[in-house]
Amino acid sequence: MPSVFGVLFDGFAYGMLLFLMSVGLSVTLGMMNFVNLAHCSFAMLGGYVAITLMNAFGWPFLATLPVAFIAAAAASVVLERIFFRRFYNSSDLDQCLLTIGIVFVSIATAAYIYGTDQQPMQLPPYLRGSIAVMGLDLPVYRLFLIATALLITVVLVVTVETTRFGAQVRAAVNNQRMARGLGINVDGLFAATFALGSGLAGLGGALAIAMLGLDPQFALTYLIYVLIVVSVGGLGSISGSFAAAMLLGFSDMAGKYYVPSIGAFLIYLVMIALLMWRPAGLFGRR
Amino acid sequence: MTSEAIAVRPLQYLQAQMRWRWSEAAFWLATLLPFVLTPNYLVLASQIAITALFVLSLDLILGYAGIVSLGHAAYFGVGAYTAGLLSKWGFGEPLTGLLAAAIMAGLFGYLTSFIVVRFRHLALIMITLGIGLVLQEAANSASWITGGFDGLQGIHTWPILGKFRLDIYGYTAYGYSLAGLFVVFLVARRIIHSPFGLALRGIRENGLRMPAIGAPVHAHIRTIYTIAAIIAGIAGALLAETTETVSLEALGFQRSADVLVMLILGGTGRLYGGLIGAAVYMVARDQFSGLNPQYWYFWIGLLLIAVVTLLPNGILGGLAHLARRMKVTS
Repeated sequence: MPSVFGVLFDGFAYGMLLFLMSVGLSVTLGMMNFVNLAHCSFAMLGGYVAITLMNAFGWPFLATLPVAFIAAAAASVVLERIFFRRFYNSSDLDQCLLTIGIVFVSIATAAYIYGTDQQPMQLPPYLRGSIAVMGLDLPVYRLFLIATALLITVVLVVTVETTRFGAQVRAAVNNQRMARGLGINVDGLFAATFALGSGLAGLGGALAIAMLGLDPQFALTYLIYVLIVVSVGGLGSISGSFAAAMLLGFSDMAGKYYVPSIGAFLIYLVMIALLMWRPAGLFGRR
Repeated sequence: MTSEAIAVRPLQYLQAQMRWRWSEAAFWLATLLPFVLTPNYLVLASQIAITALFVLSLDLILGYAGIVSLGHAAYFGVGAYTAGLLSKWGFGEPLTGLLAAAIMAGLFGYLTSFIVVRFRHLALIMITLGIGLVLQEAANSASWITGGFDGLQGIHTWPILGKFRLDIYGYTAYGYSLAGLFVVFLVARRIIHSPFGLALRGIRENGLRMPAIGAPVHAHIRTIYTIAAIIAGIAGALLAETTETVSLEALGFQRSADVLVMLILGGTGRLYGGLIGAAVYMVARDQFSGLNPQYWYFWIGLLLIAVVTLLPNGILGGLAHLARRMKVTS
């Protein structure tokens, strides 16, 4: 039986990963109401970019992370220009179908190039092993993961709360039409947020390999988790996504350690119960 | 006199909609062709008829009432397991199995409809997905009753109406599935062309304004959701009885996604859209079955992107558009 603190620690690390992968979707959904089910495909892209650079080109792990971010962001901009922008005023159903189509294509493409197996991943020596903190053995990589994700979260919150760009984003999420009326270029803002959010997902995907593994089904498996985070947290709410990601991380880890027989059952029930209680999510206003 | 004229017009509209067209009669006659033309493919034809019935049930809630569901296979699975278990426990009378499946799926649909009706947009998609996933996990963990990953074994279906035994060529299976599809289709057609069906379309177009003309939106959605669940359950039972096996895949996410793709492909909100979508999809998948399933989904993905960008109303919508343009130009 693992200690409670060990489970909490793992849940925290897992929750931070989920937060990185879902915060972009939450903000873009809150702003444009665009249901982008392909969000996790960008995370998967980041993962494959990182693993290719490491295994085929011998790049150090840390150097691959910014590239994963940029690659996912660039891919999202291309897709946004070609497909997504035509669908901002379409029904939820059309948006869902378009993006689930992209998910299917991305999964098949990844399977074609890399095969369906889990990708082998070799962490650099300084991120391997574990260190003892107050009598607990904490894996170094998870500490690194938490530190990185916390840093990004702080930067994100400071950007959104204090900069002009952040104020515009908050205005557009709050009331898109009013923001347009005030002369804010919502379309440009949306494209920028979309690229940023997809980049964060790509980074999350690269960071996730050592903890969750990477295979072509990644885009679909974690899509469900990301959607749970977004809908439970409330659209457009960064703090809501954070709380929901933590809740999901803890409950999933606790479920897997203590009651493995019921599997993912617990999470889905928690999600349904939370949505029954607050249909707009924990921090949602609509 | 004027009030009478106004009262007559909607009725005439509904009656005009109800009238059978030549194309419809031709369509149903054509469903008999596989018996003569492709007797080697009757097993596939039977699967198509069952899937078409399932797509029809999704069309009732998605196409007419505007409820997007990513977990519709839950009701299909409830029906399949009900009929399968009944037969496994020693009572393999097929029509009773259908009835039991319809009742169980309808009950489950009625209970969940109270949840579904409260949501819209993303939350609705997540809730239906969640219901489907919860049921899948439940069926997986309760392997002592469902057989878990191995599927439900030991189903034996008695001869239909006491006369027609299931044969390996699928003559009986196709006849049985087609009869089921046709009977349920008649019911669905009647529902859609009733005032209730009109109210559903109103809810789809604008759920906020419907209460203003006195339509009980929530009650209507609950009713159609239950009806759709019953039909899905019947489709599931047909599959369990004709194949004499039920696997977890019957209520998986994949089935929910596939059925959505078929409906979109054919065209939503048109009774025949789902049937045509199911036929095209199933035949294509059968033809490409040599392909690795991973690559099959590549083409499905491309197809989805193409349909929503180029043919927003599906195959039937595209044909109708073409027909209108031909009429205008000629």
